[in-house]
Amino acid sequence: MTDALRSVFLRDVLQAWRRRADWLTTFFFFIIVVSLFPLGVGPEPSILRVIAPGILWVAALLASMLALPRVFASDYADGTLEQLTLAPQPLSLLVLSKILAHWLLTGLPLVVMGPVLGLQFGMPPDMLPVLFYSLLLGTPCLSLIGAIGAGLTLGVRGSGVVALLVLPLYIPVLIFGAGAVEAVGVGTAPGGHLSLLGAVLMISLVVSPLASAAAVRVALE
Amino acid sequence: MSFNWFRFSSPQTFYPLAGRLAPFFWIASVALTVAGLYIGFFVAPTDFQQGDSYRIIFIHVPAAWMSMFIYVVMAGWAAMGLIFNTRLSSMMANALAPTGALMTAIALWTGALWGRPTWGTWWVWDARLTSELILLFLYVGFMALHASIDDPRRADKAAAILAIVGVVNVPIIYFSVKWWNTLHQGSSVSLTRAPSMASTMLLGMLVMVFAFWAYSIATALTRVRGIILERERHAAWVAQLGTE
Repeated sequence: MTDALRSVFLRDVLQAWRRRADWLTTFFFFIIVVSLFPLGVGPEPSILRVIAPGILWVAALLASMLALPRVFASDYADGTLEQLTLAPQPLSLLVLSKILAHWLLTGLPLVVMGPVLGLQFGMPPDMLPVLFYSLLLGTPCLSLIGAIGAGLTLGVRGSGVVALLVLPLYIPVLIFGAGAVEAVGVGTAPGGHLSLLGAVLMISLVVSPLASAAAVRVALE
Repeated sequence: MSFNWFRFSSPQTFYPLAGRLAPFFWIASVALTVAGLYIGFFVAPTDFQQGDSYRIIFIHVPAAWMSMFIYVVMAGWAAMGLIFNTRLSSMMANALAPTGALMTAIALWTGALWGRPTWGTWWVWDARLTSELILLFLYVGFMALHASIDDPRRADKAAAILAIVGVVNVPIIYFSVKWWNTLHQGSSVSLTRAPSMASTMLLGMLVMVFAFWAYSIATALTRVRGIILERERHAAWVAQLGTE
């Protein structure tokens, strides 16, 4: 079974790697959205420093949402997804491999880029590692929760629906993620928020593959 | 003689039953609303702190309760439709969603109207207000997903999965918003009312709660009749309805 999971994972990573424009779009979208805020709010460093954690996290949410159609859409279009449902391995685990591959190419770049953008906003040095860890724990949650929405919206009319489904479910991740970084700003320990973020990650690791697999099955009926 | 518990689980038998029940709930909702508003506006005393503006709670509190309760009931019907593959359960979930969204909107709107004279602001990012707003988003997501899938059975199942995920998420959202609010120590206003409430106030509110219950059931039954007709329009018994 590990073989099947590994091959699904490697296949998805390889495919995504060959179509670099896809995931680079997500990456640059993240950078652009973050850069828009100083232009909109004004270059005042004291204001930017205060709102930086929120901006980075909201931008991460939006970027991750933008990438969601890529989890299943192309496999749905060419019939690969149907073959996966016929495989002897549980569909939920195969879906989990796909989600992990998706996170590796769309989530991980945001984790690496987050602290760099944080510097642009004048974040103090003790905030940057917390931002890094919060993104490291939080972006997999976004990929996991988002995969449910991606599965549910396979083949539906209109592309904006996925935003309506997924963004409300993202709210706890946003609150705990940005909260951890802000906690450092006000001089308290970020551990509590990071632990809660870890708890959200554990819950989504259990719930999301099952729900996403159910959603995929509904879409393929 | 045994009673068949599943007799009314088919749209064909439920359609006339809903038609017979709906008028009672409509009448009950109108009568209770008139009674409740009379108590609320004319019998209940003026609050010594908030003046007459507190009277909006006779609409606000029942709407807020119903908004949360209907979401759970809706998710329950949706789950039942997913598990037992019963068409009528999904139709019920579908019939409840607009009423739930309406209740959420009423709760938010009346809350804003109450907040203006009492707190001096239309909106505060309080934990309860924020989670109620997110509840509205969840309703909108449910309806948007259902509307965007052409095949009704597929739409039922997809929306059911979303509703179940939503129910799992509701407590997480609620507590995250609550902790977020305490971290920011945002509003200095407190939502907790005076501990003791005049008994006529409580009576007026309870009557209004029942009125909202009756209204929600009445709209759900009326709407589910429409949904049944629309979905079963190719069935023979629907064609017969037109000739009768």
